[in-house]
Amino acid sequence: MLETMRRSPLLRKMGPLLGLLLLCFILAFLSDRFLTVNNLLNITRQVSLNAIIGVGMTLVILTGGIDLSVGSVVALAGSITAGLLSGGHGLAVSLAAGIGVGGVLGLINGLIITRQKVQPFIATMGMMTIARGYTLVYTDGRPITGMPEQFRFFGGGYIADIPVPVIIMALIFLAGYIMLKKTRFGRYIYAIGGNEEATRLSGINTPKVLVWVYVLCGTLAGLSGIIMASRLNSAQPTAGMGFELDAIAAVVLGGTSLSGGVGTIGGTLVGALIIGVLDNGLNLLNVSSFYQQVAKGIVILLAVMLDRKRGKGGA
Amino acid sequence: MKELLRMREISKYFPGVKALDKVEFSLFLGEIHALLGENGAGKSTLMKVLSGSYKKDAGEILLGGQPVDIDSPRQAQELGIGIIHQELNLVPELTVMENMFLGREPLNSVGFIDEALIEEEAAKVLDELGTDIPPSAVISSLSIGEQQMVEIAKALSYRPRILIMDEPTAALTERETERLFSIIRRLAAGGVGIVYISHRMEELFAISDRVTVMRDGTYVGTVKTREATFDQLIKMMVGRDISARFPKEYRARGPEALRVENLSRPGKLEGVSFTVHAGEVVGIAGLMGAGRTELARAIFGADPLAAGGIYVDGQKRVIRNPADAIRAGIGLITEDRKQQGLVLGLSVRENITLASLKRFCKHLFIREADEGKVVDGQIESLRIRTPGAGQMVKNLSGGNQQKVVIAKWLATSPKILIMDEPTRGVDIGAKTEIYQIMNMLTASGVGIVMISSELPEVLGMSDRVLVMHRGRITAELPVGQATQENIMAYAAGGE
Repeated sequence: MLETMRRSPLLRKMGPLLGLLLLCFILAFLSDRFLTVNNLLNITRQVSLNAIIGVGMTLVILTGGIDLSVGSVVALAGSITAGLLSGGHGLAVSLAAGIGVGGVLGLINGLIITRQKVQPFIATMGMMTIARGYTLVYTDGRPITGMPEQFRFFGGGYIADIPVPVIIMALIFLAGYIMLKKTRFGRYIYAIGGNEEATRLSGINTPKVLVWVYVLCGTLAGLSGIIMASRLNSAQPTAGMGFELDAIAAVVLGGTSLSGGVGTIGGTLVGALIIGVLDNGLNLLNVSSFYQQVAKGIVILLAVMLDRKRGKGGA
Repeated sequence: MKELLRMREISKYFPGVKALDKVEFSLFLGEIHALLGENGAGKSTLMKVLSGSYKKDAGEILLGGQPVDIDSPRQAQELGIGIIHQELNLVPELTVMENMFLGREPLNSVGFIDEALIEEEAAKVLDELGTDIPPSAVISSLSIGEQQMVEIAKALSYRPRILIMDEPTAALTERETERLFSIIRRLAAGGVGIVYISHRMEELFAISDRVTVMRDGTYVGTVKTREATFDQLIKMMVGRDISARFPKEYRARGPEALRVENLSRPGKLEGVSFTVHAGEVVGIAGLMGAGRTELARAIFGADPLAAGGIYVDGQKRVIRNPADAIRAGIGLITEDRKQQGLVLGLSVRENITLASLKRFCKHLFIREADEGKVVDGQIESLRIRTPGAGQMVKNLSGGNQQKVVIAKWLATSPKILIMDEPTRGVDIGAKTEIYQIMNMLTASGVGIVMISSELPEVLGMSDRVLVMHRGRITAELPVGQATQENIMAYAAGGE
């Protein structure tokens, strides 16, 4: 099996997907509650937040960067939208403000990285702390509730029996896929991740591309924050803790290289689903939540090590 | 003469490839023996077998008449075989002496590293080499030439009987090369056998006693350098006659395409002015650090300019970044194609259209049919050997990678193409093809600025030669009046 994978580039690409199918196959055997329409919809809804953030994270990682601030942005965006709504502001304004905050923080990340030449890890780590702190200031450390009923639609509603977050996720993946495959911007993202200097010397405004990538990542994190606040019907100042790591894990499980230039948006969807299915399956099997973390960590490490091995065999 | 080393019928297989097929090699005491061949001929593989990095699959190695098995680099060292690799293998943050004794630091009675002993030993070897590099200097503060000296000192500190040098002059200036040659001759006179790998023919004639030629992993032959001719070695190496080394086509020069006036950048460039006409090749010669690459980067907008004007077709152009330069019709083929020219992990297609992607886009979207047409056209006209446009560039040979870089710039339809070391690291066959591409470009009216450290190339392919020294142009010569001697004199700062 490994030998064939080494030889065939198609199988190499399909590796994460095969892993996901294998995982589903095993769980279907172990639990009769796994393979039901309800449970599968449930998984995709749970996965949607991480997957939406994962799209932005994929773009960032493809350029060779990282964004650690997304989890805090989730909390801040959710709080601001919830705060405006409970203060009686209109839905459109409140949503725009939440998403906009995500975009602005992404813009700041991008400018600090490109203008001040601060490494993405450090720049976004600073932003992570700032955004979390500001969320606590804004909410006074307490959850915000009391939003109008119509706000619940984004996180808890259905269109033709499909949860709204799943539909939003699907649209964003489609847009991300087309952008990376078919547009100049997508091509430049891969080129910068592969060799930033060569890309700059080909006349491309690399700082501009990078800033936009961080803006998109922040915007998508903001959107996730709103969906989360809507679904819980409250904005928690501690929301989104550790989301950055889940998103990075999804990207890496999907076969994207942390050094940039190599990876796909579809891989990230598969990666997010692997994490979601694993969580769900372990729940169904009544594994304690403490052990669940251990299992998740092991799966991530195994997957990446396997990928390394294949990479070596292929090169 | 006493035979120090004999390698008999050495074979080495990699999955799917016969890297070495019954190769012969021998080395006398105190001999300088050059190993010649194109990229991929197996020179480095053979030397890796000798220095223990690879294990041979068949054949025999005799050291001083005794058969030996060499299983590891450490064992090779113990047998007195030292190697200086093509790439520098020094830790930039450590000092000269720390690098020289890395991994075998002598300890004092307390168990700490014996700094005094290391310094004394390092100083002794450096002194023997006739350099004045202090043992306590940090590597990153040294020039490339000095670092090369440290590599040599490191290899010598093992007191080798056989020293392998793989392209040691690739990064050296002429003067440093001369100094290296005198050291090599001194070592040989002291009885060390030296294997000298290079593809610079001039050097082999200057330094070696014998030349062994390899081609496609096989042994072609060994000749005494004194009795060999240039054409004979080329023929052995390539397997056929190269009709003309520089197939330069001279043609009437067109109108002025590029004029730069008083380009200056503190510490790098001082009042550089020159013109390039359509259909003309202007060669720029000079030593490393003379400011040639800085000049190219300044014209192209890759580095900021302090002062000066750039005129394309008589129009003044403000060039603040590469995008401005491309709009003005200027392209730059950088000296280092892997670091600055190519995105190795992307395909041939994506690399070729990287600088001109806007042309193939409608709104934000890439029109793949248009893109494919241009890419296929470039692959065909430059004869880029690739299984397809989707092939990753990193899987191509050096010569074909260089053609991809050229194709990238041709796709922008430049009026002026600056080529910085256009044939560095490509084999002889591909070199000729690149020269033919230059002819094709000048025929279509492109003006070329060619920066090269290989004087025969400058003399063979230019219409006019500029010589730089310390950020200035010290001479401008029609190619008919330029010789290696007067170029070197101007490059060294003479008038």
